Amino acid sequence: MTRSLQVRAGAYQDSVSLMVISRDLRARTGVQSALVAMATELNLSLLAEMGFDPPGQASPNDMLVAIAGDDDAAIQDALAHLEAALVGGRGEETGGGGGSGPGAESIEPRTIGAAVRRGDASLALISTPGSVAAIDAADAIAAGLDVMVFSDNVSVDHEVRLKELAARAGVLMMGPDCGTAVVGGCGLGFANVVRPGPVGIVAASGTGAQQLLALLDGAEIGVRHCLGVGGRDLSSAVAGRSTLAALDLLDSEEDVSVIVVLSKPPAPEVAAAVTGHAQTLQTPVVLGYLGADSRDITATARSVAEQLGVDWEEPPRWGGDAPSPRRGFLRGLFTGGTLCDEAMLIAQARLGTVASNIPLAGQPELGAGMASQGHTFIDFGDDALTVGRAHPMIDPTLRLERLRTEMADARCAVVLLDVVLGHGSHPDPATDIIDVISGAETPLVVSLVGTRDDPQGTHSTAERLAAAGAIVHASNAAATREALSMVAGS
Amino acid sequence: MTSRLATPTGVITAGAELLAESVEQQSVTTTRVRWAPPVAGTESALAEVMLDPRRTAANQTAVSRMTAAGADLVDVRRASEALDLPEGHFLHAGPPIDWDRASGPLRGALIGATMLEGLASSPHEAEGLLAGGSLTWEPCHSRGAVGPMAGVVSPSMWMVELHDTTHDRRAWCSLNEGLGKVLRYGAYSAEVLDRLRWMADVLGPALQRATRARGPIDIVAVIAQMVQMGDEGHNRNRAGTLMLLKEWLPDLITAGLDPADLAEVVRFVSGNDHFFLNLVMPACKLITRAGSGVAGSTVVTTMARNGTDFGIQVSATGETWYTGPAQVADGLYLGSFGPDDANPDIGDSAIAETAGIGGFAMATAPAIVRFVGGSVSDALATTQRMYDLCVGENPAWALPILDFRGTPLGIDVCAVLRTGSLPQINTGMAGRVAGTGQVGAGLVTPPMECFTTAIDALADAARPG
Repeated sequence: MTRSLQVRAGAYQDSVSLMVISRDLRARTGVQSALVAMATELNLSLLAEMGFDPPGQASPNDMLVAIAGDDDAAIQDALAHLEAALVGGRGEETGGGGGSGPGAESIEPRTIGAAVRRGDASLALISTPGSVAAIDAADAIAAGLDVMVFSDNVSVDHEVRLKELAARAGVLMMGPDCGTAVVGGCGLGFANVVRPGPVGIVAASGTGAQQLLALLDGAEIGVRHCLGVGGRDLSSAVAGRSTLAALDLLDSEEDVSVIVVLSKPPAPEVAAAVTGHAQTLQTPVVLGYLGADSRDITATARSVAEQLGVDWEEPPRWGGDAPSPRRGFLRGLFTGGTLCDEAMLIAQARLGTVASNIPLAGQPELGAGMASQGHTFIDFGDDALTVGRAHPMIDPTLRLERLRTEMADARCAVVLLDVVLGHGSHPDPATDIIDVISGAETPLVVSLVGTRDDPQGTHSTAERLAAAGAIVHASNAAATREALSMVAGS
Repeated sequence: MTSRLATPTGVITAGAELLAESVEQQSVTTTRVRWAPPVAGTESALAEVMLDPRRTAANQTAVSRMTAAGADLVDVRRASEALDLPEGHFLHAGPPIDWDRASGPLRGALIGATMLEGLASSPHEAEGLLAGGSLTWEPCHSRGAVGPMAGVVSPSMWMVELHDTTHDRRAWCSLNEGLGKVLRYGAYSAEVLDRLRWMADVLGPALQRATRARGPIDIVAVIAQMVQMGDEGHNRNRAGTLMLLKEWLPDLITAGLDPADLAEVVRFVSGNDHFFLNLVMPACKLITRAGSGVAGSTVVTTMARNGTDFGIQVSATGETWYTGPAQVADGLYLGSFGPDDANPDIGDSAIAETAGIGGFAMATAPAIVRFVGGSVSDALATTQRMYDLCVGENPAWALPILDFRGTPLGIDVCAVLRTGSLPQINTGMAGRVAGTGQVGAGLVTPPMECFTTAIDALADAARPG
């Protein structure tokens, strides 16, 4: 082993720089130990522990350079490296690294609470997994934000507690499982581009709300807010917590002159509470509870128009004359759960038995393979069919396959399906459908949900589908009725 | 009436990218959270705690109590007197630990303290007494004190005494011995014990006279100045030490000391850049102690290590320790020492980070960022990350480089578990073998287990009914 010890007078460097250099020297091939340090008492004792004799004269202003290596070559190599490092004033690992400036902006927020501190925000849009979405939503509520929870599979317990937190904090809690909202004209989730206007909507249903937005837009009625409350809000457990809060909020908005409540069939006592509360508001409220004995969404839209004194025309239809009825079954292939529900309610009145993966009360449920049983309706947006894949409004693959199957099935008299446009949906849902139906004999009726300004182009989508042979309705209820008229014997 | 439901001024999104994009297409500003699932296994406890209606207000209460706390140096006196420490009883850093599990440096410091107190005349004899159960010890924190590294306090040692006048509470810490072979790093050679005897015979009494003559020194204010002078208050205390000496000097000079002793006292304090660490620590103890005991609060009020275990305490559950294995720091080594020589993390000094300085204030101490081969921008980023783990800020300790933003304050157990990001601690490294002393310095984090066990207890406390 060879040792080299130098004492360099007046060559001050700060201790941390020298520790970095010492470490780099020790890492070099052939170097057994190295100490580059100011000659303080501590460092002189470290030098002795390394087996070096103490230098005769050294003050804390002198630099010690002590290297023990396998041979002279190793030491010379280390010394050459040392000179370069001393000139650079830094060790190898820090050389050339780093940027400049405060750098704070480079840290991305990892929680909503952290994001709130980055700047001006008033709303959080949460689509994290349902098992943990309550954590993020509680964070947003604590930060004073209005919250939309898009996630599904949030437990009822979490939902109730989140809504209680929101009430305490005075913020709006939309969802969980809220697919659609419009706040001050800004669409969130799957939302259509609406024109500004006097309507405020409280919706416990995503695609139901989209149908209403589209029908009102078609009647040139604008919507200021559409507050989604989640499909369970009007259940007994959740007791309309968000619906009641949203009603109060909308009632206090000067720009809102009519309020609509839209929901799948609510729990009776909750419906009574909401109806009772609605009567205490200054703003007139149109109640649109979907159910066997209730009006459909198109009829609700018409009530809104009447309330506003706007002339109502039936929503548009595109396409040729209806073909003569065919023997066989109606097959409904939906991306929107509420649109599917609405169509089934209308169909069951005419057909009696309607099978589905989301069956109406007393109706048959499809097996796991989803094979059609007579008149059949499938909601491709149901949780069981979206595990591990995107919603069918984004990824149409599964439904297109089924459409191809039904078109080839001799027992299928007519296919009814929905096409939902707007923010978040597939940029061009029509083309794939047109490809499947071209040349097919089975008629197709499309319920097209879209507004004038939706990015996909509602009018052009309708015309392309019609040109390919489909019959297209802006009203889901009207589409369903026309499809029913094509089933012989119904 | 103004509209409560205006177009969002900005939308924060967590989750699906597509949803953020469609908001952006409508010309509404979005801030995207870089979301990741919480630490596995903590989901349901986290939800329980996050949904606790007391949480938000409780955390604000904890932080406002912390920022309201004062810390004045009011006295310097013997541990036997200040802490009522009886003969044969010692204090140590970190959570409680017995002899069998004690690490090298803690054993070394206890051996040294036993000899210092005259209870044994050799390390062997001391070890026998310690292992045999005839001597006792407990955490410094249990008595409202703090100790750096091994943190061993014996009855004859002199302590600084700090007073929080807002909450009328006191905290104590021993006098800093300097670097290298010192008791707190587990060294117990004759030179170590001689220095401690001189500190008890000369340094302590001198500082007592100066402190009593001077009157209270506002340590919170000194820290406010030091963080604007390049000190982060844990691995760099140079400016703080000099400012403290400046406060003491006139009264030291007129204290009637022997001139040689006076010179030695001044030389000792001014020659030890870390002298002030032992004032930062009790000041931080008073601050974090003020935030303790708020029902529903998830703010961390203690982080401390005994060389074997890392322990934290959380506001809502008072003095309960949540522990996990202490980690070895990542950093630079003195002389020929290397990672194999280093003991796992040790010391109560992480109280500095708990109160928002040290690693949390790295942005203000560019001079020491290279301890881990880091750059100045890394330091800035570290402080920024720590803001995201904290529920508040301390406006009294403003960081010039961050536009005088206050230091991050109030580590939130929930934020740690939700982000998987751990508090950054600056630390010294002790040798693994008893008697070695300091081997290096660097950066370390607590083990995640401290936080995962804490959240279970917090969830139990939060569960309704």
